[in-house]
Amino acid sequence: MIPARPHSWLIISASFAAALAITLFPVPVLLAPLRPDWTTLVLIYWIIALPHRVGVGTGWVVGMFQDAATGTLLGQQALGMTVVAYLVLLLYQRIRNYPVWQQAIIVMIFIALFRVIGAWVLGVIGRPVGFSYWLPALTSMLVWPLVFLVLRHIRRRYHVV
Amino acid sequence: MTMDHRWHYVDTVRSTMSAILYPLQVMVDLSTRPFRSISHYFTSKAALIEQVETLRTRQMLLETQLQRMVTLEAENRRLRRLLHSSMETRQETRVAEIIAVDLDPFSRQVVINKGSNDDVFPGQPLLDANGVMGQVIHVGPFSSTALLITAPSHATPVEINRNGLRAIAMGTGAPNRLNLPFIPNNADIRVGDMLVTSGLGGRFPPGHPVATVSRVENLPSRPYALVEATPTANLDGIREVLLVWTTPANGLSEAETEPSEVTPETNHSP
Repeated sequence: MIPARPHSWLIISASFAAALAITLFPVPVLLAPLRPDWTTLVLIYWIIALPHRVGVGTGWVVGMFQDAATGTLLGQQALGMTVVAYLVLLLYQRIRNYPVWQQAIIVMIFIALFRVIGAWVLGVIGRPVGFSYWLPALTSMLVWPLVFLVLRHIRRRYHVV
Repeated sequence: MTMDHRWHYVDTVRSTMSAILYPLQVMVDLSTRPFRSISHYFTSKAALIEQVETLRTRQMLLETQLQRMVTLEAENRRLRRLLHSSMETRQETRVAEIIAVDLDPFSRQVVINKGSNDDVFPGQPLLDANGVMGQVIHVGPFSSTALLITAPSHATPVEINRNGLRAIAMGTGAPNRLNLPFIPNNADIRVGDMLVTSGLGGRFPPGHPVATVSRVENLPSRPYALVEATPTANLDGIREVLLVWTTPANGLSEAETEPSEVTPETNHSP
């Protein structure tokens, strides 16, 4: 294993912080349910790109921060991200070789799974979810190519390994 | 997760994380500022003059009302002393600002820029100039999260200003609607009735406006009527909010009247 250069961690953390900031950015009420799961997308990208750096633990920490930031039950999104991170770690070699549009479909399935876990937690605490809860899976699929290209550019530009 | 939901054991973890996240939230808030100042920039001078005019007349009106209020308050205090009543409380309010960040769109919460460093405590009521907004649920060192009265898991104890009929205003998740369940079909409630906090439950100080009844429908087939209300507070488009500290003025000793957190009448789990 190549020893991690400190700036790699810096850039990975910065990308998560940026994703979280976009998640918190206020948008009109009508658009709010359409907001893609930016942090989960960034997590999926980094696991596909650097599976030896980013994994289940990172997913959990990022999920906890997202829970604290968005005011959901502490651990609700962390659980979803942990499970998604594990599955992506199992499949990253396959996903890497897919073209971007095919990756987007896989990503939609992952985000839907992330949402299923969230819905399950919300159901347990007595807050059933409505139809609009599932829309981010679609919007996340649509923005995946953008996230992928931007993050790949950053990774190559700054030699994040 | 269970620990968070049932016993709030991990509140310290949450408040530490909120301290770490505070710079990020402030950054997001600052980045929205240009958008807001653009809209300020384009308001015309005429509109501004008109606004100043209306505000000036409003202030005149309010001040004349305040003149009467001072005498009424003194009279009220005298009468209460005659009755040996200890209902009287003194309120301290402080202005906090809402940080413009979007939270989970399915539970209605806001982040404010005051935390435990400013003596904010969980369960503290949050008001704006027109009425009750919500209550604080998580407190961090520099910021805290408040649940709005329209959140589906929030219930506000209210009474009708006109006749004192008590009810509970449940949030619906919709931005401008509260539900009043368990109102009998024959209850004296009409569209336009003002709902104020009843002070039962000890969270909210009594007598603050909460909502106006917007719809009353008697359902003969059901035991209770369908009653909906519109919150008076401007829950969506406001920046400054008031935090309230209620302290007994005189009468009971301090120890007896610590705000009791033992009987939370509102289920405030997010």
